[in-house]
Amino acid sequence: MAVLSVEGIRKAYQTPQGETVALQDISFSMEKGDFYSLVGPSGCGKSTLLSIIAGTLTPTAGRVQVAGQTVSGPCPHIGYMLQQDNLLEWRTVRQNVLFGLEIRRRLTPETRAHADRLLETYGLSEFADRHPSQLSGGMRQRVALIRTLAVEPDILLLDEAFSALDYQTRLAVTEDVYRIIRQEQVTALMVTHDIPESICMGDKVLILSGRPAVIREELPIRFDLAERTPLRCRACPEFGSYFNHIWKELGMYEAHDSASSLQGESALPATEPTP
Amino acid sequence: MAAFLLAWEVAAEREWIDSFIFSQPSRILHTYLSMGQNDLWYHIRVTVGETLAGFLLGAAAGVLLAILLWWSPFVAKVSEPYLVVLNSLPKIALGPVIIILAGAGTRAIVFMALAISLVVTVLEMLSGFRDTDAGALRMAHTFGATKGQIFRKVVLPYNIPTLFDSLKVNIGLSLVGVIAGEFLVSRAGLGYLIVYGGQVFRMDLVMASVIILAVVAALLYESVALTQKLVNRRFGHGA
Repeated sequence: MAVLSVEGIRKAYQTPQGETVALQDISFSMEKGDFYSLVGPSGCGKSTLLSIIAGTLTPTAGRVQVAGQTVSGPCPHIGYMLQQDNLLEWRTVRQNVLFGLEIRRRLTPETRAHADRLLETYGLSEFADRHPSQLSGGMRQRVALIRTLAVEPDILLLDEAFSALDYQTRLAVTEDVYRIIRQEQVTALMVTHDIPESICMGDKVLILSGRPAVIREELPIRFDLAERTPLRCRACPEFGSYFNHIWKELGMYEAHDSASSLQGESALPATEPTP
Repeated sequence: MAAFLLAWEVAAEREWIDSFIFSQPSRILHTYLSMGQNDLWYHIRVTVGETLAGFLLGAAAGVLLAILLWWSPFVAKVSEPYLVVLNSLPKIALGPVIIILAGAGTRAIVFMALAISLVVTVLEMLSGFRDTDAGALRMAHTFGATKGQIFRKVVLPYNIPTLFDSLKVNIGLSLVGVIAGEFLVSRAGLGYLIVYGGQVFRMDLVMASVIILAVVAALLYESVALTQKLVNRRFGHGA
């Protein structure tokens, strides 16, 4: 049985100019342990879709089922990871990790032990009693992930979770998060605007069209690797062809061409040798 | 400091300045001694007691009102214009009204201290509550936090620094309120001593009281600052 099934989701907003359709008939499903990436042109409603899945936004039509139950209202089976780590500075790392459990009133010796195990497995136990300001950006993001995993969600939603980090930290954190998610066998759906990231992390890339958004393609990603990690994927020969395929699907070729020709023009006077 | 006191003493002794108006360090010291330990302590205790009562009531009521306004945007919208006007109104002008309402006594004085610090606290805490980090609020929402949980676990702890900033201002304001109240109605306290000394032209008494008042003000402020430091260490703010 599918852990997540999204059936015919439609979302429309009423505006003074009439109805704006953000999402038009979105359907897909995920099995336990799947990792899907979701890409689409900016403003196409990727985050809206995540909010609907998380139950914080009601769709105009269609339904979302998590583990066989229809989602209505904030769903306890879902963990949500945002762009910022949003760690609370007045809490220690451990208290931050327990935040979600406190909110959901599920703080028991078992859940505490589970959180401590996660901290230990992912190299944070020596920092458990420190405050977040003493951690690096990458470690903070790891704490945020563990805070989300501590509530033992069936599905993890990542909303541009790494875009606030600088490039190098981002590569390292992606590596980290990928390993943790795989090891904990969490089903994950990640929204990103970064095409390479979508390829190197996802088993499948869902490509959305512009507004009103539909799924243009579900692209399975396969690499010929014994042990897959995001960094190794980036070095594979298949990587480039996946990239080009998604790029084309997103309809960014035209934008790219005009951008490069503009660049060429502006670069001309500087590069032209003076006679 | 020592040089200033010496210059003051010498100037008064040589009658360069009128020691009747400006008093004289040795006479102020003499006043302290002649007032006797008990009498002086009594007046200090009265003033400090009234200040603390007004300060604590003002802080508690101010924070509670701010919570109410944060909780209900409707109440906030209705009451905000009044708060802004009340805030710029000099509360001392309410003195006679307060005396009639609360009676000429300690209650009126405490009420004065409360009135002077209340509105500032409400406005400051409310703006602090509203400036709570949007990301932290969103994060709490993703776990399905209720409004009460968000307040207790995010908004309130986030605003502990705001609270202490406003307490630091309030302790001074409460003292202003108490002294103003004691000027108007009282039979005890440092404000009473100052008014009494002024009326009977005993400037050494006035000066002695003002100096004690300065020391009291500094000590009150420092104790708030110290509490802040302890609380900060406990919660790891700015660690």
